[in-house]
Amino acid sequence: MIKRVPATESMIGIAGDGKSIKTEDLKWVVNPYDEFAVEEALRIKQEHGGTVTVLSLGTDKTVDAIRTALAMGADKGILINDSAAANSDSLATARVLAETIKTLSYDLIIAGMRAVDDDNYQVGPAVAEFLGIPHISMVVKEEISNGKIRCQKTVEGGTFEVEAALPALFTAQRGLNEPRYVSMPGIMKAKKKPLEIKTLADIGLSIDDLGEPKTRVVNIKFPPERSAGKMIEGDNAEAKAAALVKALKEEAKVL
Amino acid sequence: MAEGVLAIAEQMDGVFKNAAFEAVSEGKRIAQSLGISLTALVMGNNIEKTAEKLAEYGADHIVVVDDPLLQDFLVDQYTDAAAQVVKEKQPEIIITGATSIGKDLCARLSARLGAAMATDCVELHIKKDQCKVTRPIYGGKVLADLVLEGFPKILAIRPNAMGAALNPSEAVVEKFEAQLQEGNSKFLDKTMETGKTELTEADVVVSGGRGMGGNDYTIIEELASVLEGAVGASRSAVDEGWRPHSDQVGQTGKTVSPSLYIACGISGAIQHLAGMSSSKVIVAINKDPDAPIFSHADYGIVGDLFEIVPAITREIKKAKG
Repeated sequence: MIKRVPATESMIGIAGDGKSIKTEDLKWVVNPYDEFAVEEALRIKQEHGGTVTVLSLGTDKTVDAIRTALAMGADKGILINDSAAANSDSLATARVLAETIKTLSYDLIIAGMRAVDDDNYQVGPAVAEFLGIPHISMVVKEEISNGKIRCQKTVEGGTFEVEAALPALFTAQRGLNEPRYVSMPGIMKAKKKPLEIKTLADIGLSIDDLGEPKTRVVNIKFPPERSAGKMIEGDNAEAKAAALVKALKEEAKVL
Repeated sequence: MAEGVLAIAEQMDGVFKNAAFEAVSEGKRIAQSLGISLTALVMGNNIEKTAEKLAEYGADHIVVVDDPLLQDFLVDQYTDAAAQVVKEKQPEIIITGATSIGKDLCARLSARLGAAMATDCVELHIKKDQCKVTRPIYGGKVLADLVLEGFPKILAIRPNAMGAALNPSEAVVEKFEAQLQEGNSKFLDKTMETGKTELTEADVVVSGGRGMGGNDYTIIEELASVLEGAVGASRSAVDEGWRPHSDQVGQTGKTVSPSLYIACGISGAIQHLAGMSSSKVIVAINKDPDAPIFSHADYGIVGDLFEIVPAITREIKKAKG
């Protein structure tokens, strides 16, 4: 499962409506965590066989993101493109993806642990819940054998080792792998790979099934500007260090 | 009829995370402003005694789900247990800390309950008729105000963003018998680094970037150590293999909001700034006076970090006596 997002080096601007971002002039990419997911899927295919399908909910423009994943080596793509799903929050997105997956046969679903745009960490686990399968999030290592997947997942200050019976879903954390670069032949091949574009009706959902989004952005603002900094001067490292520690203690009061 | 706030307090091996106290404290503030009660929920194994501590942070009721199947965090079982408590208590708001575990649980629980969810909230504005939260998006480059609808609403609050406050209550621990079974997943093992302050929870973070020139972070570690803080790194330092992925601060790493952030040899790429700009005080040390980091720092020092960082360490040791 992948999502098309603005590249992380992008400057984010606020659009005139005050509740969305300016989308002109942005460079769009496959969400970096989803790239880890695609890469891991390709490695699993290499070892265990099978087919890698790339799934996304998006717009006409998401075709590029799916083609990128196909160019990396995925076998086929599915794009759910329906104006009725355009305002989906993460939960509704998960619902659409899960309903699509129900129409396919699968052993393993991999998603990025979060998308670097809305940073909500919700879609992967929610898809697993809607499908009634186990999930393991923030995975940095996985191993599949005897119908089970064994993963190392990160938590603050350490790692957990968790096993789940297939079919299962896991979400990819940074450190899982180094995604391959797309090659020219890869791009050429990707153009010929199947990419199905479906509407909600095609997967048996109606706009009423989705309902009104339960979360809605009402305003976007920039974080408070930091006041202009102060340069610490001094004749040598010792003097500068002393002046800094004094300032941190007496002015900033953080020591 | 939905009523009350439910704060899920995270513990591991009988020790609460700081985030647990923050969730209970913030839950108390909400409950007080709405004139409703706060129930704290603790899930684990042999944690009845541990749970009593939540009375210090103002819980009106403390509910414990004590079960060997909850010995370690497994999202399936924890979701089952939490969903059963929610079904009985019918809270209007569920609040917890946005740790790795908290985020994972909230995501699955939101789907189970069909509930609106927002994670990494840095501000909550909750009134009788409106639940509005502020959370960073695009890695913290902008902040979004979100309105959540329906019942219940699940809010995961960013560690360190809202303080924990002592507010003693007379709550007694009440046991909740959840119906749990071994599911399709199994917890095998955990490896925890002991004695290391976790980046996202640290009050002081000292980070090293490309300017470190290699994987010797001794001077950074020494400064972090005298400040009882954690060590972070920029993406380029991680990409070079100098530091583990778990140390990365930035849009594709961790977001930190310590009281003091010291950036050493970090130029200040937009992705890095996104991950640390909510720190209360930022110090930048860089040999390049034009490094973009300086325009985001409260205090800047131009110079050789290999001279300046050890000098700061010595100065702080001296000040501490």
